[in-house]
This record gives sequence, C-alpha cells and structure tokens, in this order.
Amino acid sequence: MDNLFTGIEDRGLEYVGASRIEGPLVVVENVRDVGFDEVVEIRDPAGNTRLGRVLDVSGTHTVVQVLEGTTGLATKFLRTRFLGESFRLPVSRRMLGRVFDGLGRPADGGPPPLSADRRDVNGMPINPFARRYPREFIQTGLSAIDGMNALVRGQKLPVFSGNGLPHDRVSAQIIRQARLLDEQVEFSIVFAAMGIKHDVAEFFIRNFRESGALARAVMIFSLADAPSVERLLTPRVALTLAEHLAFDCGQHVLILLTDMTNYCESLREVGTARGEIPGRKGYPGYLYSDLASLYERAGRIEGSPGSITQMAILTMPADDISHPVPDLTGYITEGQIVLDRDLFQRGIYPPIAGLPSLSRLMKDGVGKGFTREDHPILASQLFACYAYVKRVRGLADVIGEEELSPLDKQYLKFGEAFEMEFLNQGEYENRSIETTLELGWDALSVLPQEELHRVSDELLKKHYRMKRDTGEAACAV
Amino acid sequence: MATVKSDGRPFATRISGPIITAKGMSAAQMYEVVQVGSLGLVGEVVRVIGDLATIQVYEDTTMLKPGAHVECTGAPLSVSLGPGLLGNIYDGIQRPLPGIEAKSGAWIRRGEKVDALDSEKKWTFEPLVNAGDDVAGGQIIGQVAETPLVMHRIMVPPDISGTIRSIAAKGEYSLAEPVAVVETGSGPQDIMMMQRWPVRVPRPIRERLRIAEPLITGQRIIDTFFPIGKGGAAAIPGGFGTGKTITQHQLAKWSDAQIIVFIGCGERGNEMTEVLREFPELEDPRSGRPLMERTILIANTSNMPVAAREVSIYTGITLAEYYRDMGLSVAVFADSTSRWAEALRELAARLEEMPAEEGFPASLPTRLAQFYERGGAVTTLAGDRGSVSIVGAVSPPGGDFSEPVTQHTRRFIRCFWALDTGLANARHYPSIHWLQSYSEYSEDVKNWWETAACDWEDLRTEALTLLQREERLQQIVKLVGPDVLPDSQKLILFIAEVIKDGFLAQSAFDTNDAYCSPEKQVALLRIMLGLYHRGRDLIQDGVPLGMVRGMECVSDILRAKSALSNKELDRLADIDRRLNEEADRIAQQYVKGTSCYG
Ligand SMILES: Nc1ncnc2c1ncn2[C@@H]1O[C@H](COP(=O)(O)OP(=O)(O)O)[C@@H](O)[C@H]1O
Ligand SMILES: [Mg+2]
Repeated sequence: MDNLFTGIEDRGLEYVGASRIEGPLVVVENVRDVGFDEVVEIRDPAGNTRLGRVLDVSGTHTVVQVLEGTTGLATKFLRTRFLGESFRLPVSRRMLGRVFDGLGRPADGGPPPLSADRRDVNGMPINPFARRYPREFIQTGLSAIDGMNALVRGQKLPVFSGNGLPHDRVSAQIIRQARLLDEQVEFSIVFAAMGIKHDVAEFFIRNFRESGALARAVMIFSLADAPSVERLLTPRVALTLAEHLAFDCGQHVLILLTDMTNYCESLREVGTARGEIPGRKGYPGYLYSDLASLYERAGRIEGSPGSITQMAILTMPADDISHPVPDLTGYITEGQIVLDRDLFQRGIYPPIAGLPSLSRLMKDGVGKGFTREDHPILASQLFACYAYVKRVRGLADVIGEEELSPLDKQYLKFGEAFEMEFLNQGEYENRSIETTLELGWDALSVLPQEELHRVSDELLKKHYRMKRDTGEAACAV
Repeated sequence: MATVKSDGRPFATRISGPIITAKGMSAAQMYEVVQVGSLGLVGEVVRVIGDLATIQVYEDTTMLKPGAHVECTGAPLSVSLGPGLLGNIYDGIQRPLPGIEAKSGAWIRRGEKVDALDSEKKWTFEPLVNAGDDVAGGQIIGQVAETPLVMHRIMVPPDISGTIRSIAAKGEYSLAEPVAVVETGSGPQDIMMMQRWPVRVPRPIRERLRIAEPLITGQRIIDTFFPIGKGGAAAIPGGFGTGKTITQHQLAKWSDAQIIVFIGCGERGNEMTEVLREFPELEDPRSGRPLMERTILIANTSNMPVAAREVSIYTGITLAEYYRDMGLSVAVFADSTSRWAEALRELAARLEEMPAEEGFPASLPTRLAQFYERGGAVTTLAGDRGSVSIVGAVSPPGGDFSEPVTQHTRRFIRCFWALDTGLANARHYPSIHWLQSYSEYSEDVKNWWETAACDWEDLRTEALTLLQREERLQQIVKLVGPDVLPDSQKLILFIAEVIKDGFLAQSAFDTNDAYCSPEKQVALLRIMLGLYHRGRDLIQDGVPLGMVRGMECVSDILRAKSALSNKELDRLADIDRRLNEEADRIAQQYVKGTSCYG
C-alpha cells in the first residue's frame, strides 16, 4: 500500500535512526526542510510503514507523533521519510457505501478512491460571515427530541450518555427516522467510530442495512483494537469527507462521531507523552480548542445547498456531566441530549433527561411557519412543569406523598403522564410532530389551567383538554 | 544546525503550533508585528532573548518550516480607527470577514490580507474648527455621519497638538486624504479621517468620573435588582447552556448605549451569524433605526487561531475607547473571557512559562485587571463625557465558580450576574440567581431611577427581602413540608413565586417581553408588591390564603409582562385597580361572612 493513501510518489530523503521513542512520540534529529504538521512515513524493522505527523520542529529536533503506535519500533533501525505536506484525504462521492480505517484507507477490500481532490484533514475555519443560520426542523420521530429539544438541519447536537445506556439505539433510531417535514431528501451518513467495540460497529452497520441507508453511508472505523493515537485523525478524516459531500456535492450529511470520550483520551495520552502541563483531570489545556476544531465543522454555508448535521456521542465517566469531556463539549455544541440512568432503570425509552437536555437552535426552527404555532410555548410550559415535578418528588421523599398538597399531588400525576406517555415510546415508533404536540397537551391537561402561566388564554382555549380539568385540582392549597 | 542562513535576514528556527522561534531578531521590539514565511503569516513578538525572538502567530502554521523568513514591520499590533467600523464584522486582528470572504470564499484561508477600512469610499466630512485654531490631542475637528444613528467625530490623534494650518471644506473625502494640517512643534502634520492605535495600549483620557447613570438594558432582573452603570463592569458567569450568550445578545440589542462592540471570543460561529442576520432587522427601541447601525462585531470563533483569540479582546476594547473619545456611551460584550484566559494559558504553556493556578499564567489577574480597567466613565481629551461599559461572560469548567478566572474576575468588576444551572434547567430565564448575584452600582444609579419612580429603592429592597425570606422558608418546607407554615408565611412563598414567574423570568424570544421599559418594570413590581400588601392585610383579618391565591387578577398579573406591550401601561393600571377592587370585595364579604356566622 506504499503511499497509495496519500498519493505521493516516493520522494524526499529517508532518515535512519531516532534519538528517542516515548509513548506515541519519536524524536528524529537533524532533519532538513520539514514543516510543522507534515506527514511522516515510518518504516519499522519488519518493513511495514506507519504514518505519523510532525508536532514540533526545529533545526535539530523533530518530534513526530506516530499515529499507528510505536510498538516494536527501535531507535536504531527506525526509518523516516517526510512526505512534504500535511495530512490529506482524497475525497469523492464514490466513497459512499464504503468502509475505511481510522486514517481513511479502504478497509473493505475495495480499491482506494481515485480522486485528484485531496483535502487537508484539518480543514479551515468557516468564515462566520459566510455561514447560513440553520433553521429547518428535522423530525426525528422521538417526542423528547422533537417536542422539547428539536434538532435542525446543520446543527451540532451531541448525545451525553453513560456506560450501559442505550445511546446507540437512540442514535440509530434518530438516523433511521430523521426527515424534513416538507422535503423528500435523504441524508447521507458519515459514521466515524473511535475506540468502540466491534459489536457496536456491527450494530450500526446492521441498522443502516435494514433501513436501506447503507448505500448512502460511509463508515470510518478506528475500533477499540486499533492504535489509540490513530483516533486523533479519525474524526478529521470523517469531517473532511463530510465537508466534501455537503459543500461540494450539495448533499445533506448527518455525521455521527462516537465515542468522543475515547478521542479525548487519545489526546490526553499524547499530551502526557509530550510532558505538557495537564489541565483538569489530566486532559491538555487545549482540549477546548481541539474539540472546537472538530465540532465547529458543522452547519450550513451561504450559497451551498448542502449541510452538515453533527451528532457526537460521548460517555460521561461516572455519569458526571461536569467531567471535562461533556463539559467542554457542551460549551461548544448547540445543545445536548442527555440520557438519564434513572429513567432507563425505570424502563423508559428513550431515557432522555427532561431538564438538562437542550437544543439551542430550537428557538429558530419551531413554531409558526416551521412546525406549529403552539410548539415553543408548549415546550417551555412542559419544562417548567416538569421542573416543578422534580421539586415535589424531592419533597415527597422527605415528608411522604400523603402529606403533599392536592396541587402537588396533581403535579406528580402530571410527571407520570409526561414520562410514561410523552417521553416513553417504542424503538420503532416514529411519531409525527403533531402526535408529539398533542401528547404534550394531553400531559399538561392533567394540571389545572391556572398552573399553565406560560400559555396564553388563546392557546389554552385551543389546546387545553377541558374534560380532564377536575375541580379538585383547582382548589386552593 | 541544519539550516544556515547567509543573507542576514531573520528566520524561523523552531515551529511548535502557534509559537515559533526566530533568529536574527536582536532589533525586534516587544509586541512588534512580524510576517512569517512566504504566505506572510501575521504574528507578534512576545519574547526577545539575545537575537532569538519568540513569536505568536495569528494564523495556522501548518507546513511552516525552520528557515522561513521573518519580516519585521517595526510597529506594534494596531487597529485602524475611522468611519466604516460600524456595521462591520472583523476577526481578532481586525481583518474584515466580508472582505476575506470576497477573497477566499466561505473558508478563511491563511495569509489573507484585507484592509480594515475601505480607503477609497468617500465620506461627507464637515469641519468643526477653523484655520488658526489651536488644537490638542483628542480634540474634535470635524464630523461624518457614519450611519444615520451615529455622528462620527474626527479627532486629532492623542499624540498630536498644535495650530490648524488648513482644514478641508465640507465635502466628500476618502480616508486616505488629509482633511486638516496641524502645525506642530516638529513641523506640519496631516490629519486624516483614519488613525491607527496599538491595541495593547489604553487610549488616553482627561479624567475618570463617578458612575451616575444606569445602562438601561430592558432586562428586569438586571435593571431593577442588579443594575450596571454606564461605564461599569459586570461579569456574567455560568455553566454551558445557562444563558450567557443570550443575555449578552439581549443587552447588545436593547441597552441604551450609543455604540455596541460585541466580541465573540472563542465561541460558536453560528452565534455570530445569528447576530449578523438579526441585528439589521431589529429596531433600536429609542430611535427606530436598525441596531446594526450602532454595532461592531469581532468574531474570533473557537475554531479560529488561538493567538488571534487572545488579541481579539484588545482589538474590541480599543474600538470601544475610540468611540468613547467622541463623547459617546459604549458597551462592550466579551463572550467569553474564559476562552481568552484559556488562550493565554495555551500560549503560556507553549512558551514554557511557569504555570500558577490550574495552569493559568501567574499574570492572569493582572491581565484581567488591565482589561476591565479600560472601561469607565470619563472626561475625554476633548472635554466631553464618554463611557465604556464592559460585560464579560465567564465560562467556569463544570459551572464551578471557585475556579481562577471567575475568582479573579470578581476582584475587578462591581456587578456579578451569577447564572444558575438549576434555574436554566427549569427554563427559568434569564437564569440569573437573585440571591447569588450582586451589584455595587445600585447606590450610584439610585438618583437616576428616583427621578422617574420615587419608590424604586423601596420596591427593589422589599422584593429582594421577600425572596430572601422565601429561601429561608423553603429550607423549612424541605424538612417538614409546607403544612406547618402559617398562612402569612405561605403568602410569602406565593408572592415569591409571583415575582419569579411574573417579573424575574423574561423570555428573550417574546415580542412584548424581550425589552421591558423602566416604567413597565416599576409598574409590574408595584402591582406584585401591592398584591402582597393586600394579601397580608386580608390574611391578618383572617381570610384564608386560598382566597388570595384564587383572586382573578393573579393570572393577569402573571401574564402582564408578555400580554401587555411597553406602551400599554394604562392596562397595567387597570389590573392594579381590579386587584384593589377584588381585595376590597373579599375584605367586605369576609368581614360580613364572619359576622354572619361568628
Ligand atoms: N432570556 C432567555 N429567554 C429565553 N431563552 C433563553 C434565555 N436565555 C437563555 N435561553 C435559552 O438557553 C439556551 C442557552 O443559552 P446561551 O445563552 O446560549 O447559554 P450559554 O452561552 O451560557 O451557554 C438558549 O439557546 C435559549 O434556549
Ligand atoms: Mg454561550
């Protein structure tokens, strides 16, 4: 496979020997004419090549990060060749339907994609002036998302999960069901797997096959047994391809990045090997900027019909949302879908947490002219009432349910209805936005009208279910 | 050494991300701007040792090699100041993003060079001095209507003074043409409508003034409870999703500053796009003109180079000072100062500086202080009153306010709007926590408010006290349930809910409620406290709380903020009247009722 990947003919000098090998890093001395971030080909004693890139370069020392691991490398026999450019990926729409490894090389036995168009995988920052603000509502068929945390085309909305929670099933369902209300456009799918297990990858492939999406999906796998440093390039390879499909070919791309926690661990590994001053929990201080350089590669661009909608999945270590990985992610992405262990244990699917989940772009993609006029207010009122339910439950734990006021008891009933009827649904149940909104009003109507402060009289008249307004609920505390 | 240069020009010896080392730099000045390599990547000298200089590069250094030439420019990083800034959007080093797009398309290519201001465009200059007049630095010599909203004063640069030898007549001039010649001690000096100023140096003023006037933001919890003065400094810390950006957008839209500088520092691209899309369409509530006519945007988003993020804050504040010098009130929003601090940390780490707390350089507090100190109410060199108010978002890791950036920021601001994750999760927005926030400006602005509403101070004190008492009562409720409380205390819980829902919560997306006029703020709070007073009296007379809660006007009071526009104060008065009638009726009935059965 000599250089097929980068498409460069052998050139440049080959250097023999390294002064140091440490973790994923190799230091080579007295190398000439090498650029920062240049791609390096390393030949190991067995004659196999591994790819690396330059992290630091001076006249005397060149620090190379070996993407495919340093196992088996020896300082004396190490051969390095500098390829004269930064990491590039040949891109073409014919890559749809194919499987690649974490560095973008074919992994399905097929030929490498032939393309003269080779892109730097680091991409370039999108000019904010050239962005188009995303606003088209994507119906996922999941009430918890559509009703309360709506996704729009071009948004970056990650899933914060925990070990053992059904993030894979939820995201597979989203991919299966995602569609626009008034347009029949299929999403192309770019799926980048970082450090996940084979059976998880299998699960997704099976899902894509069943839903007929396989032909318009690209899979980029750096699975759990692949060298961990390779993962640093995997999302970049995936995003580079996604950008080509979206902004050159005009496709609507849904990109799934999983699991970002594994990606961040690889970054930490490299940082530690370089002896960098660690930040929180040992992650490098530049974790935020590094993650931003990935997550910001989503959205829409003025004058281009395509879009990149990004879903990153990450597992929160110990379910801790303040851990640096979810924390910094939440600071960059346009909201987050948080999975909740308590809901999961109570058998509610999808276990999407009512309160900490958020879609920042929902406000511009729902309501009159987008979904339905009552949508924003309904969502806001559901959030407010559900927050109150949480408070009442806390109180009930202390004083006992019997001691609650009649109104508070009514709130508990609303909580049940909301979780069991609205949040809860089947893995193959694809709800229309109308169904979702009606279910929302059904739940709210468990409460007396007067409690719905955020809803105008007019909307109440239209949507509040009178028959369920029991006189009892309205009575005073 | 692998690379030996013989032509004597400075060249790079080491490249490590945004930090490079160059040799042959003994003549370089600290903070001098340099251009590196064949693309002419812009950088700034941040350290000189012997003939080695360390340079932070504002653009991506991929494939830059040792041996690349380094070109010194002889000047520190400076911005261009003149008509044409308003309505524009710049990156961290003042390159106009529309101009970059015209050259390199949707993606920002490195090495792109575009002038900050259009030097060909003609502006109508109107002279305000005559030949023979003596002028000093900062003095106004003419004006240009930069936008229908803003009269741009043309000032003598701060470091020039002398006698006007000639001044242009009213007419059309470009920024490159001199509009005046000043005879100075060292010969004649051309004055253009554009001047340059180094970003890291505060522009001079005559003196600092006491803050006396509030910056009216139209946000109730801010204006009424935790006001910021014109020239004041506020911090708005909060975890992700708590509302830092939306609150700052709200302030940028509705506050009564004459100029807005919004710095998107290491945050999302779409948020800047949103401002660009929205502001031209929104009307200033006072003048009716599009908001973009008074706004300058600096966008150095999270995926743009980190060194330029560091400098974007200074670029923004320098533009603000320039407009302040014209005698205008300017408000600067920095979203987020934490990303700026992190840029400092990242660069310091690459420079192998000794880290202090959590990896931040030991200079962090000094840098924060220097930034916030560039705000203030001042007498300008020209003798006018101008101000720069600063609102800085802080993004503490994990939402934990004990971290260094939040803690140090607190020392240099006097207004703290603490965002609360619990409130945000419950979709109570703005999620500014009424018990954890404070403002030291409330005393300064009291007089201003009391000329309009003599009971302002009483209203806010009483409301805040009620909220504090509610917090204490909630502690009891959490332990033993609400039943043990007497009705008089349950009333406090009820009124606190009314204040939270009907007054403190304010949706940025509600047409009527996004901006709440000071008059409406006072009127709303007055009604709610009126409800409290009447309720208290009724309960004292033995009326059960249920009857107070059940009053018909309650839901009108709760919905008034969004049901009534700022112009419908008469309808608020109406609600107030009905409240009193209803309370009178209950009192009468109840007294009658009790006498009947009693
Ligand atoms: N005043 C407000 N009114 C309505 N919604 C708000 C308000 N403030 C915040 N929000 C909601 O909270 C979300 C997050 O706010 P944002 O300002 O982006 O948070 P931060 O900048 O702190 O991460 C917004 O997308 C919006 O839905
Ligand atoms: Mg923000």
